[in-house]
Order: sequence, then structure tokens, then C-alpha cells
Amino acid sequence: MAEGKILLAHGGGGRLSRELVERHVGPRFAGGPLEGFPDAARIAVGGASIVFTTDSFVVSPRRFPGGDIGCLAVHGTVNDIAVGGGRPRWLSLALICEEGLALAELDGVLDSVARAAARCDVRVATGDTKVVARGQCDGLYVNTAGVGEALPGFEMGAEKLRPGDVVLASGDLGDHGMAVMAARAGMNVEGRLASDTGPVHRLVLALDELAPAVRFMRDPTRGGAASVLHEMLGDRDDIGIVLRERDLPFSAGARAVAEVVGADLLHVASEGRVLLVCAPEAAPVVLERWRALPEGAGARAIGEVTRDRGRVVLETAVGGRRLVDVPQGELLPRIC
Amino acid sequence: MKYLDGFRDPDAARFLRRRLEAAAARLAQAGRSVRLMEVCGTHTMAIARHGLRDFLSDNVSLCSGPGCPVCVTDAGYIDAALELARRGVTIATFGDLVRVPGSSATLAEARAEGARVVVCYSPAEALALARAPGAPEVVFLGVGFETTVAPLALLLRSAVAAGATRFSMLAALKTVPRALAALAEDPEVGVNGFLCPAHVSAVIGAAAYEPLVERYRIPCTIAGFEPLDILFGLVDLLEQLADGRACVVNQYTRVVRPEGNRKAQAAIAEMLEPVDAAWRGLGVIPGSGLAIRERFAAFDAERRHGVAVRPGRPAPGCRCGDVLKGKILPDACPMFGGACTPEHPVGPCMVSGEGSCAAHYKYAR
Repeated sequence: MAEGKILLAHGGGGRLSRELVERHVGPRFAGGPLEGFPDAARIAVGGASIVFTTDSFVVSPRRFPGGDIGCLAVHGTVNDIAVGGGRPRWLSLALICEEGLALAELDGVLDSVARAAARCDVRVATGDTKVVARGQCDGLYVNTAGVGEALPGFEMGAEKLRPGDVVLASGDLGDHGMAVMAARAGMNVEGRLASDTGPVHRLVLALDELAPAVRFMRDPTRGGAASVLHEMLGDRDDIGIVLRERDLPFSAGARAVAEVVGADLLHVASEGRVLLVCAPEAAPVVLERWRALPEGAGARAIGEVTRDRGRVVLETAVGGRRLVDVPQGELLPRIC
Repeated sequence: MKYLDGFRDPDAARFLRRRLEAAAARLAQAGRSVRLMEVCGTHTMAIARHGLRDFLSDNVSLCSGPGCPVCVTDAGYIDAALELARRGVTIATFGDLVRVPGSSATLAEARAEGARVVVCYSPAEALALARAPGAPEVVFLGVGFETTVAPLALLLRSAVAAGATRFSMLAALKTVPRALAALAEDPEVGVNGFLCPAHVSAVIGAAAYEPLVERYRIPCTIAGFEPLDILFGLVDLLEQLADGRACVVNQYTRVVRPEGNRKAQAAIAEMLEPVDAAWRGLGVIPGSGLAIRERFAAFDAERRHGVAVRPGRPAPGCRCGDVLKGKILPDACPMFGGACTPEHPVGPCMVSGEGSCAAHYKYAR
């Protein structure tokens, strides 16, 4: 009946999102920097190499424990540049406001954008505002695009992964999604759960000369860590990934909310974390440097690349094994 | 959080694994292979999520039962909800029903076409929606077993008390014990022991399984949903079988009482009455459903809106029925993982978060 219509699940960051991009966007823009659908493109401009990206933000509610749509819009784009191997420098800021939005709220969001940009050492260089009639959007949507300088030495991609490589997480996973979910459902989390929204560029800058040892790097946003791990494998069926449940970093608050709503935290978005795969000899150094930064204090090795056939497997805490699949869709619409 | 970690302790799991292996070895020495059924969809998901099948010896098989409410709901029910949506009624529902195929479409597809379909986390949201100023006509899709039936009975009671004028429920409510009897009687199913549902048992009580044990001599063990609960439950079932015993054992004593939850039972009896119910895969089981009592007909969507739930057309080739009876494992269905995936589900067992096909696809391929 609705063949040929967009479903909410197309926005979930899982397999349907990928299908949408691969079937409808990809064929029209083949052969350029969009090939392989990176979160950020590395392109040459004049003599320089830059990292370029864009992201839109429709999160509901616009304020949630730990942040709001303003700082989220800065962090999201800064982080896509960073994990694309770039030093974030410039942002654009576009606002789509619904008639009737309180100016005081808009001011609050813009203050939040300004504070986050200062913290990330980026400047807002250009922007746009649009207003639509009441009912034609929900309050406020924000788009940011960003440009960064490409850092030397990064050559990442699924084809670089080798058995024995180590998978690292820079901190607790899933706090953002669960904090937004709890705020939306009016759940009382007694101040024990806040979004992890924050910049990860310093975690990337800290890699410095280790860049060539990094095989893959992503921020696990919509679709969660599980989606990133599957992206890491790409179409390769000669390797897999094994995760150890006892090593997975989840906060007590996120675990509690996930149990209540029935979410798998590996499917839940973070907005200030990095998942990275590197050569085994580099892993202890990366962990040491990350842990020296407040945003990397909870960094851990969570698994490794195996000779499995394109599968992501979890060794469960009680001693079983199971697959880690990508999420299907509509778990949390409007999470970012 | 000690609660979760305590019931997922690796050392305790190793201890239970040894007991499982010992009981399975005793059965093997007697030349016996046994087949256990976890009845409840939440058990199915927990078993898959924690990888508990790895703990079973070769002579022990574990199959999933009909305990996922979405999975056993007939396609005709979705057709009736689609009909209501087409008439402009706002449909309020738990999330997983949105993607279940009816005979021709899903509610998610209808929503993309403009139908008003609202996903609720709590049924109370549906009543609030219907009572807001300028509210639309709302129909809540009431699908579930005793665990869900109890709060839905309370929801109906609140709707009646509040004199809600734009709210009704399309009921497909089912009760577990009669379905277990139907399975125990079916020689093709051949189940040797039931791992009984946790929260359904909290409502109906452990004693509700006594007639089943007496009549069919089949062990029934009630277990919680944490991995150690489940392993402990499986240990008990295997030890009962190895000892030649058959009794009701309630291991979920921190929640389940012998008599169940009397208040919940009273609310159910006040608002609902037993009827014959059609189960996908199992057919019509007498007295296994609950319908809204005649005196609350204004809150019964079928009577209020004059729609009827007629038997639907299951998708050709879909073997959900056999999966629901535990006759086959999901990957024995020719469509599994090919024509039928969680993104493009053909049968309800692939849709629901508790469906055995979805669990198998997600966690065990």
C-alpha cells in the first residue's frame, strides 16, 4: 500500500536508513567523495585537504538532561569532522522555526550554540533562518554544516581491518538516547542519567602520530554502536568482530532506562563518543591518551576483529554467545 | 543496579551449567531426548539475547511457544484496525503492532498514507489522547496476555468512570493456560516440559498450572526473565524429567504467588468475559480469549464502530503457525532471512520484538 513512501523507520539509522541512501541517493552521486557514504567527506580544495560534513537536528524534546538542540547541533557536526580525521574549524548554522516559537527559547538555543562552538574551537561563519506557519514544523529544527582541516596520516576504511585489531570505545555508550527517551516519557531518573552530548575532536587530535595505526573511527550516534560495528565490516565476509559484554561501558542510569523500555544499549545513540579500531600495538597508547582527557576517562577496549564471516558476535556476561544485529528502525524517532 | 548484575552473575551461571549438563547426561543415559518449550515471548528474547541455547546438551531442545501476543494475533485483527483508520479514527497502539502485516497492508504503511496512528508506551496515554480538548475519536488496540490484560481492564474501568465519550478498545486479549493445554494435547508438538511465563503467572498465580500437570503429567516451572532465572528454570525442568516427576514449581517467588494477583483478577472479571479466541497457528481455542462485557459495549470498538474481526489471509508460504506451535525452528521456514526479514517482515513472528523469528534473526543466525 505504501510502497514508495517514506516510513519513520527509514530515519532510524539501521538497515532501512542505509537502503534509502544506497538506493535513492547513491546512484545519483556515484564516483565522488560520497562513494561509500562516509559521515564526512575528505576533499581537496586548491592545495589543501579538507573534511566537509552536514547534519540536521530535530530532537524532541529540545531540552534534555545534559544538553539541548543547540549544543547537540554543534557537537554532531564537529564530531563527524573529527572522526573523519579532521580538525573542525568552521560551521554554518541554519534554523527552521515554527511560527509562535518563543524568542526567549530561541535565544537560549543560540547561547548554547555559541558556548559549544567556543568549547570546540570552531567559528560560525554563515547561516540562514526560515520561518514556517504554525503546524508546519515542530518548534525548531537546526542544520549545521562544517569544514575542518584534514589531519595527516589517516587512511581508514573497512578494507584496512585485520584479525587481531582492537575495538575501543571512548566512554559509556547510549546515554544520549536513553536520557532523551527518559525525558520524553517523563521518567524520573533522579539526576543519574544525562546525555553524553559533547565534542570528541580532542580525542582525535590526541591520536597524533598514531593516525596510520587507526583502521576505522566513527561516533556511534543514531543506530548505536551496533550500526557502527556493521559499518566497520562493510561488505567484508572474511572478518568479523567479537565484543565482550563484561567490558562494554554502560552507565547505571542508561542500563536502568534500557531495561524499562526494552532497548538494547548497543542500538542506542551516543552523541559524544568514539568507536575506534586500531592495530593491537597502538591500543594501549590510545587508551592512555584518551583516559588523560575528561571526555575519554571511561575509555575501554571492548572487543576485537576476528576471522568470523562478516558477523558481529557478543560474548554475553553469563557465558553465551549471540549475534549483534543492526537496529531495525523506529526505536527512537527524533533522537538527534 | 545490583539487581541486574546479581541475576547475571557468571560464576552462578557456570554452576547452573554444570547442573544442566548433569541432568541432561542422566536423561541421555536413559536414552532420552527431551523437548522443552519456553512459552513466553520475553523468555524467547532473553534466551536469545544472553546466548542461553549454548548451555543445552545435544539431547535437549528448546522451542518457542505461542507467548508473543503480537505473533498470535490474527491478520484479520489488523484488517479491522486498518478499516477503522480508513474511517478517520485515531488508532493508538503499542509500537510493535504497527509493522504487523494485515491481509493487505500494515498500520505503518497506512500512517505513511495519512492515517492517524499513534504509538503509546502506556495505554493511559491513549485515554488521555481521547479526553484532551478537541480530541479525535480514539481506538486503542488492546492486544496481550494476562499481564497486559490486567492494566487494560483498569484502563477500561477508568474510561467508564471518567465517562470518556471518544474512547474505545479493539480487544484481542488472550489467556495462556488453555493454549498450553491445546499444545500439550497435540502429539505433533511433543513437548516434555513448559518453562512458564513470569509475569503472566504473577497475575494468574502458580496454582493455575496445576490442572495442566494433573491432566497431562507435564512439568511446569515458573521462572523469571533474568538469565540466571531462566537457567535455574531449565535445570528444574530437566531434573524433574530425569527423576520422572511432574509438578508445578514456582521459582519466581519474588514476584509470583500461588493464588496470583487477586486485585488484577477482580478487575479482569469485572470488565471482561471469556470468549473463544482465534490464535494464529493454533486455530480457535474455546474460552481462551477475553472480550469486553456487554454492559460496557460503548467502549468496545467492534460494537461502537460496527467493525468485525474476520479471519484474515495469512501470507502465502508463511510458516509462523508452525513456529508458534514449536514444530519448526524459525530458520526451517523457507522465507526466513530471505523474503522475510525484520525490515520487510512477512509474518508476525518476524515483526514483534518478542517474536521467535525476530529473536532468531537478530541473535542466532
